[in-house]
Amino acid sequence: MSTTTHQDPPPVPRHMQRDRFAPLPETQAVRDEPGFPTFTTPFGATARLVTRYADVREVLGDAARFSNTGLPRLPTPDGEDGIDPRAGNLLATDPPEHTRLRRLLTGEFTVKRIRRLEPRITEIVDDHLDAMAAAGPPADLVGAFALPVPSLVICELLGVPYDDRAEFQGRAARQIDISRPLEERGRVAMESRAYMGELVDRARAEPGDDMLGMLIREHGDDITRSELVGIASLLLIAGHETTANMLGLGTLALLRAPDQLARVRDEPDAVAPAIEELLRYLSVVHSGVPRLVREDTEVGGVPVAAGELLVLSLPAANRDPAAVEHPDDLNVTRTIAPHVAFGHGVHHCLGAPLARAEMAVAFPALFRRFPTLAPGIPFEDVEFRSATVVHGLRALPVTW
Amino acid sequence: MKIEANRDICIGAGNCVLAAEDVFDQDDDAIVEVLEDHPSPDQETEVRNAVAQCPSGALSLVDD
Repeated sequence: MSTTTHQDPPPVPRHMQRDRFAPLPETQAVRDEPGFPTFTTPFGATARLVTRYADVREVLGDAARFSNTGLPRLPTPDGEDGIDPRAGNLLATDPPEHTRLRRLLTGEFTVKRIRRLEPRITEIVDDHLDAMAAAGPPADLVGAFALPVPSLVICELLGVPYDDRAEFQGRAARQIDISRPLEERGRVAMESRAYMGELVDRARAEPGDDMLGMLIREHGDDITRSELVGIASLLLIAGHETTANMLGLGTLALLRAPDQLARVRDEPDAVAPAIEELLRYLSVVHSGVPRLVREDTEVGGVPVAAGELLVLSLPAANRDPAAVEHPDDLNVTRTIAPHVAFGHGVHHCLGAPLARAEMAVAFPALFRRFPTLAPGIPFEDVEFRSATVVHGLRALPVTW
Repeated sequence: MKIEANRDICIGAGNCVLAAEDVFDQDDDAIVEVLEDHPSPDQETEVRNAVAQCPSGALSLVDD
């Protein structure tokens, strides 16, 4: 049981702030400094910031030395809702527990399975473009397209009623808003679990053709109610908060680079590499889950001690000149450099094939439907998110 | 050049399939299956990309 009493959230750490698309210059400068500087996390813990590409890959790639368990977390009244807040949360487990949980799900996210979803993703994209066209300009691209498309896709895949979106999108946004008090975020996380608990109970009584139904039919004896709630809650939030922000930020970035936008619109073979470049350039997840050092060791020759927390700056790593030439330029024609936007190691994003498929459908379809698409306000006035776990735009007014 | 895949540590991310579809596949649990363990010279670049992009370190290239 948490007895945290402070109400004010800690200040937003530097690595979670951006200069529009880019990490702050101070964060980028950390790459050139020896060692890993310390700072205070949104949970009030002391951590060390890792920014170099090779170091980030080393930490993320070694679950034996760097653990995802035992981390500070949102204060919630444990057990009050009968749901263990850590159960089923793939991001808060290590192998072999993590391996068992992840393998229950990986079959749903194979490249082949996701390809079978593409016709439905295309329909969903087209429906939203039709609605935008019918309503006429101007529109908020985030509210009309970038957020609803991945939300509807993950709802159908998972078995969550899309009619509940106002509530679950609102809760997700509050949960990852680090400007809110930890207690509030913890309470909202508990409300999310209660909601998912109801859906899980309904699915157990009558399993559908969706992922929840599959988990219950095929693995019902191996998986607890708490684990089902944890898995489904994570997939729901991860399934829409990430791709939605890639679509919003990616559209803005491409609108500012018309030659590159034209390639994405007109050249089918240019789409996949362009998406990898947008993932690298935008790196919407600032840092993912910190890692706890299990034993005294070294990272890139720098000593780190057992019990220390390491926070990995994914955008800084993805703009490391040691790994990418002209890293601060968006260049959709560059030869694909392996980026860490989806993480690395055993916790690499489970939904990556789905996110890539959604973007591969959505970007070209948007630019083909509205060839004259343009920002509705000056770039300087576009509102970027400022204190969230996932970077993005608050809104993107567009016209055509 | 021969591809070796460790199916015990594969996490099923599917990056290899996207990088080199003619060489890699996934089974029903998403675990890697090597379709062609001796890729042709014209497949070498995409195979090296696939190995570099593998998040779990399950893929390696060995000289035969």
